Amino acid sequence: MDKFRMIFQFFQSNQESFMNGICGIMALASTQMYSAFDFNCPCLPHYNLAYGLGILLVPPFILFLLGFVLNNNISMLAEEWRRPQGQRGKDPAVLRYMFCSMAQRAMIAPAVWLSVTLLDGKCITCAFCTSVPVETLGNASHPHLSQGEIQRVLARIPCKEIYNGQQLIANEVAVRYLRCISQALGWCFVLLMTALAFLVRSIRPCFSQAAFLKSRYWSHYIDIERKLFDETCAEHARSFAKVCIQQFFEGMSTDLVAAHCHLPRKAPADAGEAAEKLLGITNQGTMNMALKSWHRCKPPLNLHPPAFPTGNGQAGEGEPLTHPSAPRRETAAYYSWV
Amino acid sequence: MDRFRMIFQYFQSNSESVMNGICGLLALASVKMYTSFDFSCPCLPQYNMAYGLGIMFVPPVILFLCGLILNRQSLLMLEEWRRPPGRRKKDLAVIRYLCSSIMQRAMVAPVVWIVVTLLDGKCLICAFSGSMDPEKFVGFANVSTVQVQQLLAKVPCKDDDELMRNSTSRKAVSRYLRCWSQALGWSILLVLIIAAFLARWLRPCFNQATLLQARHWSNYIDMEQKIFEETCCEHSRLFAHKCILHFFESMQQEIQLHRFSLPREGEGAEGEEDLLRGITDQDQVNKLLKRWYYEKPPLDVS
Repeated sequence: MDKFRMIFQFFQSNQESFMNGICGIMALASTQMYSAFDFNCPCLPHYNLAYGLGILLVPPFILFLLGFVLNNNISMLAEEWRRPQGQRGKDPAVLRYMFCSMAQRAMIAPAVWLSVTLLDGKCITCAFCTSVPVETLGNASHPHLSQGEIQRVLARIPCKEIYNGQQLIANEVAVRYLRCISQALGWCFVLLMTALAFLVRSIRPCFSQAAFLKSRYWSHYIDIERKLFDETCAEHARSFAKVCIQQFFEGMSTDLVAAHCHLPRKAPADAGEAAEKLLGITNQGTMNMALKSWHRCKPPLNLHPPAFPTGNGQAGEGEPLTHPSAPRRETAAYYSWV
Repeated sequence: MDRFRMIFQYFQSNSESVMNGICGLLALASVKMYTSFDFSCPCLPQYNMAYGLGIMFVPPVILFLCGLILNRQSLLMLEEWRRPPGRRKKDLAVIRYLCSSIMQRAMVAPVVWIVVTLLDGKCLICAFSGSMDPEKFVGFANVSTVQVQQLLAKVPCKDDDELMRNSTSRKAVSRYLRCWSQALGWSILLVLIIAAFLARWLRPCFNQATLLQARHWSNYIDMEQKIFEETCCEHSRLFAHKCILHFFESMQQEIQLHRFSLPREGEGAEGEEDLLRGITDQDQVNKLLKRWYYEKPPLDVS
């Protein structure tokens, strides 16, 4: 009972806390990625917008999908969705719950990236520097500049060292303006996300709480069932392999006995266990043959009760695997005493 | 029970989580390698592209091969593929499953290297600065063709030339190339992530039962190999023990024959005498050691 409870608690806590851990690590990784990334605005009229918005929106999408890819439950969800009905009905509420829970966790890292990007301001400055209102902030009446030229000059605002439009609009003024807008957007975004999270958490119990508890239970159940099934299969494979190898060695030593036409000299009773563990292989040639045979001719995946050398071979059918060696040993001992 | 569970967990978790761990370590190692590598563009027209593309593509190949070498499953797959069928049929689905699992894990570190290289931009700037169209950039318009190639090739090297250091055209070329490099890096990452997402999402829709079987039997082969090695180890330990016991017994008999002395039947010291196996002085020990070196016993304990 204790073992079962320990295993259950391990599996139960493992899925939730493991996913929460991954979620936190990804959020930290996204801030680290942003600070390590060398933002490099092209300062050319049509490239600025593409680059700025690209850096603002593509990495969050990547992080969102990565949040799904790293979550082991995604294949479980797809499997549950696509499996044939069989003898167990499917509950769409459970599938919806699993999907929502995965999506919520996957949204945290992109939200962190967006907040950090907006609060830092470089992306918005790069993307929208050509849309700065020159009339209000600068000297719009500056002559001899066509619209294209003005665009080119404004596009260089993020690159201070090559900016040559100080008479048109001061660099610091434009940068401060754009950064102010960017930070305002950033804080509004953070406020919105937090308010949404708060509403979802506090209002959810008001709507169909019973159905929610049911969906949560059965989604955990499906996860635990799948893990236990994998564990049982692995345990079975281990036992299967052990018996297969044991039968392989027994088969080898039987073949040797048949080939050499003499009974092996039985060790005295007190060394019986060690002799048995030697699996009937007692010299170099035999071991080499066993290893060669293991590679050239692997045993079939078919565990069988071994055949008896005596007349009543049929009696071996119903008996468990451990019995067969006993009668053989007794027979051998009898002959050796004679 | 506890020991059984511990051993079971070791066998179960060993293959999957060890391989995932190695995969992650290689990815981190590739990032670390890149940051500690001192990239130094030759800034010569003929060499730039070779150097830049070389640094971008040769280490990923090395990392891929490392990923294959460090993965235990590659040997398993090769062995399963090349063994004669014998009494056990070969299942191609298992071999295919092992192959795809190995390839996926081995591709992570090279992809990380290529993406980090592109996001940093130095390689692409070095490789393609000589291929830029000088018309697009103001500072290179009025220069002869040969000289413009030389100048463009010098773009990645900031400290080389006094003239070049603060040139706005150099910075413009550098910025332009870097922008493309980063866009390419993010695009590649996006495409790969979408592919990984679709693969994980859509895989249960196709042949799920076959996949479960292939996965089970590939785990089985792995476990069988481990248990076989463990059995052989245990067998060789016992074999060696018996072999050495026989050796000591034969030495003991020889010493008794030469000495014509009966062994002393001490009452209380029988246990100790057994361990000493009749070899009780310096000469005998030396003889035993010499015999062990010059005439090792045959590998036969029957």
